[in-house]
Amino acid sequence: MYPPRFKYEAPDTVEQAIELLRQGQGEAKVLAGGQSLVPMMKLRFAAPEMLIDINNIPGLAYHGADPDGTYRIGALCRHVDLEKAEDLAEQQPTMAAAAPLIADPIVRTRGTLVGSVCHADPQGDWASVMSSLGGSIVAQGPNGRRSILVADFVAGPFQNVLRPDELAIEAVVPAPVGTRAGSYLKLERRVGDYATVGVAVSLEFSGNEVARAGIGLTSVGASTINAGEAAQELVGDDLNAGAIERAADLAAQASRPRTDHRGSEAYKRHIVATFVTRILSNLRLTIQEVA
Amino acid sequence: MTIDEIKIGGLGASRSRVEDNRFVRGKGNYIDDISLPGMLHMEILRSPLAHARIKSIDASAAWAIPGVRLVLTGELMASRNLAWMPTLSYDTQAVLATDKVRFQGQEVACVVADDPYIAKDACEAIIVDYEPLAAIVNPTQAMADGAPIIRDDKENQHDNVIFDWEIGDKDGTDRAFADADVVSELELHYPRSHPSPIETCGSIADFDRSTSKLTLYMTSQAPHIIRAAVAMVAELPEHMIRVVSPDLGGGFGNKVPIYPGYVVSILASILLERPVKWIEDKTGNLISTGFGRDIYLRGQLALRKDGKILGVRMHADSDHGAFFSDAQPSKFKIGLLHSAFACYDIPAAHLTARGVYTNKAPGGVAYRCSFRVTEAMFFQERMVQAAADDLGIDQAEIRRLNFVRDDDFPHRTPFGFLTDSGQYRKCLDIGLEAIGYEDFLKEKQEAKKNGRLLGIGISTMTEPLGAGNSREYDILGIKMFDSAELRVHMTGKAILRTGAKSQGQGHETTWAQIVAHELGIPAEDIVVEEGDTDTAPFGMGTYASRSTPVAGAAVSMVSRKIRAKARKIAAHLLEVSEEDIDWELGRFFVRSSPDTGVTIQECAMAAYSNVPDGMEPGLENNAYYDPPNLTWPFGCYITTVEVDPETGVWDVLKVVAVDDCGVRINPMIVEGQIMGGLAEAYAISSMQMITFDEQGNCVGSNYMDYLLPTAWETPGFELHEVVTPCPHHPIGAKGVGECATVGGPAAFVNAVLDALKDTGVRNIDMPLLPDRVYEALTEHHDVSGAPPLRTGS
Ligand SMILES: Cc1cc2nc3c(=O)[nH]c(=O)nc-3n(C[C@H](O)[C@H](O)[C@H](O)COP(=O)(O)OP(=O)(O)OC[C@H]3O[C@@H](n4cnc5c(N)ncnc54)[C@H](O)[C@@H]3O)c2cc1C
Repeated sequence: MYPPRFKYEAPDTVEQAIELLRQGQGEAKVLAGGQSLVPMMKLRFAAPEMLIDINNIPGLAYHGADPDGTYRIGALCRHVDLEKAEDLAEQQPTMAAAAPLIADPIVRTRGTLVGSVCHADPQGDWASVMSSLGGSIVAQGPNGRRSILVADFVAGPFQNVLRPDELAIEAVVPAPVGTRAGSYLKLERRVGDYATVGVAVSLEFSGNEVARAGIGLTSVGASTINAGEAAQELVGDDLNAGAIERAADLAAQASRPRTDHRGSEAYKRHIVATFVTRILSNLRLTIQEVA
Repeated sequence: MTIDEIKIGGLGASRSRVEDNRFVRGKGNYIDDISLPGMLHMEILRSPLAHARIKSIDASAAWAIPGVRLVLTGELMASRNLAWMPTLSYDTQAVLATDKVRFQGQEVACVVADDPYIAKDACEAIIVDYEPLAAIVNPTQAMADGAPIIRDDKENQHDNVIFDWEIGDKDGTDRAFADADVVSELELHYPRSHPSPIETCGSIADFDRSTSKLTLYMTSQAPHIIRAAVAMVAELPEHMIRVVSPDLGGGFGNKVPIYPGYVVSILASILLERPVKWIEDKTGNLISTGFGRDIYLRGQLALRKDGKILGVRMHADSDHGAFFSDAQPSKFKIGLLHSAFACYDIPAAHLTARGVYTNKAPGGVAYRCSFRVTEAMFFQERMVQAAADDLGIDQAEIRRLNFVRDDDFPHRTPFGFLTDSGQYRKCLDIGLEAIGYEDFLKEKQEAKKNGRLLGIGISTMTEPLGAGNSREYDILGIKMFDSAELRVHMTGKAILRTGAKSQGQGHETTWAQIVAHELGIPAEDIVVEEGDTDTAPFGMGTYASRSTPVAGAAVSMVSRKIRAKARKIAAHLLEVSEEDIDWELGRFFVRSSPDTGVTIQECAMAAYSNVPDGMEPGLENNAYYDPPNLTWPFGCYITTVEVDPETGVWDVLKVVAVDDCGVRINPMIVEGQIMGGLAEAYAISSMQMITFDEQGNCVGSNYMDYLLPTAWETPGFELHEVVTPCPHHPIGAKGVGECATVGGPAAFVNAVLDALKDTGVRNIDMPLLPDRVYEALTEHHDVSGAPPLRTGS
């Protein structure tokens, strides 16, 4: 690969990284797993003047739950760490369903969840998963930290709201208000392919009742779609067939797919509805089994 | 005393591949591994537009970049009479564009610099002023009234048609259709695909002024043809050109033609007197080099009520891109498309074909097949299934009824080929048994009651592999023979060289096995070399499954020549006359006293130390082999699938392959070839696509969109074999490298369409992406796709 010339820095601390970002004045890019940035540089779609490699910074590779149930994923936590995490299915079922569907094993060993959300590719799976979970990104700049909801963090295709001198430190999923349930379904043409359509559904139950719901959609719009209205349709009720159907319809309506070589607009909408229905019907079955 | 042939790695031994010793250690030597002192690097600037007039090219900013040695444009090439080059199909192709660009990715300029980074930067600094023209991306557009003429550079070209061609018996076919009870019809597109070897094209041109010699290291499947072509195009004397093909990271037909990058790098090396390396990037490879297929086929079968096929009509509209540079060695304009229906006994057939120019990449190649055979067999097997459905008869039965019978060889096909051997019914029966045909049909009925869609697809075919013979097949007039040269050293070890060029087929392993079979020298005592035109005998290279049929036969023949000489030496050593000795593997013995004998190794030693009076010393020879006919392997591929009615996603349940490729030299390698072919068949039928939008932008220009299947999604394959030796090949072998790629796709597509049978859908064009299957399933219509296809709204 022959990218244009760039400067390379590999700081040891978050503070140094932020200082370098400040010096870069918007022309510097953070290098995490490099699985999105490097291909872009290879194709010369991206030509940063400076790469700030954060892989030498210790203490960013974590993932796990705080005692209160808040779940944190550090900026250097790789896709594979989540895929291999044994307690994830129980703690974060939507994430557990998505992790093995990201790219292929080679990409998963390097790529990061935080990097994926930062990249804001409408075809990225993690942003919809995090969005369905009501998650946030914690950004740190010269003046300290702030937390940004993923739904607000993704500003458009390949655009996030980070300031030029801010580093994303971690992704945070708030503690659940009830029992978590959820899943991720992805239609792909081949293992390692980006989604033709991806659907993330995350629920929290209090008894039989849905206390909180989130639906995130991948690859069916110019950026990740948070199908809030569809999700709202499920809250305050048990998961009945009528609610499922309404949520599926609303999610399909919320999607903004385009016809391309992967499928027509109508087909993609249909898949959104089908996947929402599939996930919710399966969850309903499991709940009925437990009850 | 008798040698166990399997133990010495002879015929039938599944010996491990010799070449893998270096490949699995990362010690393969590919073009980009070669680095010469003083070497410069070349990069190509490609056209972003599919059709545009070039108003001006300003390279001054590129020249100004430190480290840039040379910027080459069409103008410079033209001053050397090299702006255009002849193609293998007797057309011309632009080396660097002068007047217009005619496809996206066309070569516009080249930069030679101290390193590839600088070369790439400098390419970006070249300013080209284009005046965009309307793009033509399919034959319908190309043939429309008032369509812009793509090849306005050619004097007598007043439209976009390249050829109109026909073969077969029109009147006889008309009569067959007049007599038919039923006529079945089908229309389909075999989409453009790309051979896509993992290693892209590349070369290092090294012109040495002091010796006037050009050494060209390149990734070629046919180094000798390249040498001949360079001699003709660049007007360099042939003996002053040495082409070296090191290890190839795949070829699949993509590395037969001559591409502009080679020509420009040669000129650059001559001008700069430095070695110039050009390594194509993946996108460059996918958008500009030899593609496969891209042909629209329609046809009819004249049928008797019971399923007997009385006649065939076929028409092809083929899309050749901007230059007619098909790399095919036949005299037939549409390759061997007329090999269709060769396994069936059909009295009459007629084929018409029209080729057109479009604003797409040129250079149709035989992607893992004899040219156009893949399309022929796909159409044949889709058509046969459609006929079975139309008549309401069993899809296995219709094939059985129409197969050429085992005792009916040699058999003249309706288009004039001569098939010579096979056991078609036996192969089909083994396949049906293996897939559990009757049980599956029941299971399918049961599943339907629960809303599940199961399907089964069959594809059976015999295909012509191993061009020549030289009467009908040549490249630029050079006949399609091949050659081998064998030198046995005095200790009985040997070196074998052939004019073929392995690119994954395992020649280094297999050729030694043929020698072992003929001479009894253990395979491990024989080293095999290919790819250097200064040392290897002249040969036509490796493609079209021709290596074993042609070069492999030459290996047999040269071994037999060696044996004949060794026999004379043996008679001398045994002090008997030649007539009194017999041969068993590895040893001559006195017929009347079998314990008295000499080994081939003893003969080899004597060849250098104790030859009879009047005999030339040494033990080496060569053989040029011109096959009397093509070889005709048979393949039967059966697939079962389940289609998800809610999404159109289909899963493969089981794949069974029964291949009859005659005698198998190394069964393990043969099985590897079949599995590789099936994987490609699965890919083509399910996911691969090089298509274009209205502007002629290539969709599928990188591996995110041009999908190669991996072990994750590729189904498992169950392989079976039948052996009907080839009657004319010295060891009875037939070609096999491509059978499964050729015959496989129809099995997958037929299976999906079988699952959709009740919907009345006759065709879904490949690749059978879920959205197409879903559309067919829910809207009950065919989904056929000429590009531009499903472009943004
Ligand atoms: C072949 C292939 C297939 C893929 N398939 C999929 C798929 O199916 N689904 C999917 O979701 N993704 C897929 N990806 C993308 C992959 O998941 C990437 O790993 C991910 O999108 C980016 O993570 P990264 O750590 O590699 O980020 P990088 O490539 O290092 O960075 C991406 C962008 O985010 C910025 N960034 C990264 N980290 C930070 C940070 N801490 N703070 C501020 N900015 C930051 C970078 O500056 C850059 O702009 C695929 C990639 C490849 C190469």
